[in-house]
Amino acid sequence: MSVLLVESISVSRGGRPIARDMSFDAGRGELLAVMGPSGSGKTTILRAIAGLEPLTGGRIEVDGVRIEAGRSLSAAQRAILHRHVGFVFQFHHLFANMDALANVALAQIHVLKKSRAEAMHRSREMLASLGVAERASAFPHELSGGEAQRVAIARALAVDPPVLLMDEPTASLDPARRGDLAATLKALAADGRTIVMATHDEEFVRACAHRVITVR
Amino acid sequence: MQRDRLIRVVLLVCVAAGVALGAQGPRGVSSGNDLRPQFLRWGGDAEGGAPFVEADPADPTRLVGFDVEIAGIMAAGLGREPRFVQVGFTSLEASAARGDFDIGLSGIEDTPARRVRLAVTIPYYEFREVLTVRKRDGERYRSLADLRGHRVATLGATLAYDLLLKAESDYGLAPITYEDDVHPYSDLALGRVDAVLLDQVLAERGVRRNPSLTNSNDRVAVGHYVGVLAREHVALRDRIDAILRSAMRDGRLEAIFRKWGVWNEDQARLYASLSGEPDKVRPTLSDEPDKARPTGPGEPDKVRPTFPESNSPTVDAWGAARRYAPAMIRAAGVTLVLSCLSMGLAVGLGSLIAAGRVYGGRPLQLVLTAYVELIRGTPLLLQLFVIYFGLATVIELPAFMAAMLGLALNYAAYESEIYRGALLAVPAGQLEAARTLGLSTRQALWLIRGPQAFRLALPPMTNDFVALLKDSSLVSVITVVELTKQTSIFAANIGSWVVPGALCAALYLVLSLPLAHAARRLERSWRQP
Repeated sequence: MSVLLVESISVSRGGRPIARDMSFDAGRGELLAVMGPSGSGKTTILRAIAGLEPLTGGRIEVDGVRIEAGRSLSAAQRAILHRHVGFVFQFHHLFANMDALANVALAQIHVLKKSRAEAMHRSREMLASLGVAERASAFPHELSGGEAQRVAIARALAVDPPVLLMDEPTASLDPARRGDLAATLKALAADGRTIVMATHDEEFVRACAHRVITVR
Repeated sequence: MQRDRLIRVVLLVCVAAGVALGAQGPRGVSSGNDLRPQFLRWGGDAEGGAPFVEADPADPTRLVGFDVEIAGIMAAGLGREPRFVQVGFTSLEASAARGDFDIGLSGIEDTPARRVRLAVTIPYYEFREVLTVRKRDGERYRSLADLRGHRVATLGATLAYDLLLKAESDYGLAPITYEDDVHPYSDLALGRVDAVLLDQVLAERGVRRNPSLTNSNDRVAVGHYVGVLAREHVALRDRIDAILRSAMRDGRLEAIFRKWGVWNEDQARLYASLSGEPDKVRPTLSDEPDKARPTGPGEPDKVRPTFPESNSPTVDAWGAARRYAPAMIRAAGVTLVLSCLSMGLAVGLGSLIAAGRVYGGRPLQLVLTAYVELIRGTPLLLQLFVIYFGLATVIELPAFMAAMLGLALNYAAYESEIYRGALLAVPAGQLEAARTLGLSTRQALWLIRGPQAFRLALPPMTNDFVALLKDSSLVSVITVVELTKQTSIFAANIGSWVVPGALCAALYLVLSLPLAHAARRLERSWRQP
């Protein structure tokens, strides 16, 4: 059974079509790569799944939440969607006003309403599992590209979403780090997480993806 | 080509400006020694109003008042044409000393301090200081001693103010100074102060305008109106004295004061004592240290004004600085507390306005934009007047509260623009990241966008706080005595701005420098990538 269903979606920006008539689905524990040339709309598709871009056609279903063209989500639907879909941005967008640990703990405290102590404990665990425990008190501008990406993954996973979207995950990584990331993603998928990544990196895709969706 | 044209335009503008200034020069207020034989330039404050000097209600380009007519008599006696120079009442003395005009006439009181610093004419009018109270308090407050613990209003730089300063230490009343003589009475009627001490001419006018007030009959003190000239103009002063004496003898002065409804027997006695021997005329204190005149034993007591002892004239600026230091430090405290409270309020209000303009619906955005433009487009001074005096019939704010509110409402408009810019400068990616984590718009503002915007806004905010610290000096117009006001009182008292000005500047720096330093440290510790 598919966790994520994308059906004939189109997205336009300023009247210009960015993505046209895209369809795919993804099952639990599946690791999907969306590939295609620059400007083909890979990132836009991920943003549409995360509810950041309105659809001009088609529909998306994530764990029962349906996003449709011409219909905006209610606050409650939006809350459910964001509990189900995590997003790791290409440039990470870690919150500049707080350290790595607070970045990871924020949604646990304010969205999941966990106690501060519990959130901090869990955040430390997550940073440790991604190998950046010692960078917990560093601010985003003090982190390297690879560190920032792992903190961003920890932040996205903190609310435990079944679907994780990643935009160009290898853009800021050297070859050794790419290997680490591939292992991390495989482990997450093995854990039952559905991962959809937009990427140019064929080698990386070969190393970890179960399936490739090509956009033109 | 383009550049040549620009240079030509700039040159043309400079030449035009030069011509305009040159044309204005000889007629300017402060230039004009060469015009002296032709004109008698007399300084006064047309805001003082009738019966002294005011714009003719029928023709506002003309001035009327007894001081205008007396200036006319003086000018005619000198064979000159009178020419009026507008100077704020509290600046008249300093302006006379600078030589901005030949003689100052605007209900200026004879004080020992003035005689040390200026050449003073013989008195041309005698007044009593009168205590004005609300009718229902007429029985309770008959003298200054009855007003222990109460607020008593007067005009700054007057004999009445000196009397109140003495009464402050003797009876523990609180003197409140105003810049004009209208609002002490309207505030008395409103209950903001409990009495007003001013000369009888002003007191009678005040009671005419406010029927709920009454003048006490108790005689607090007697004073005189005189003309004031720069010290070096003793010869001109003596000629003017002779003209005044002649006008006292032939009834011209009496005719003027009768016309303005302020003639009384006190004047008849004063003129009888003055219009005779010149030597008898000049009261006890010498106006030129090198030509001290002894007091004649037969000199009528009337002529000698009753001065409060505590305010003996002094030219010892440093001694005065020591005496004034506690008051100056207190006033600096008022400035600091007022600025901090106003800024705190302005930051809170400004944040709300900015949030409303960024997140609110169209109608809210329009209302808030209109507020910001209204506040930015009108002077702070006007806003303070409206809040304190204008709204008095609706809500009677205490002076300090009105000052705080006025500054806060004004600065909130400026702060809101800073915060709005800062909110819009927070990268969109930060907000999208917040959204994908499931944070609500409000949470994203409170936890992410607001704190990041605040860091961007900190340097301009610090700048504004230092500006507010200095703008707070404007609140003296609504009777709050803060650092600048206290300095001008000090300067008026010793007749020099050098020491008070230096002390005042030092205190402002003591207030603003640590603040700038703290802000720099905060900025450094919050520095973003």
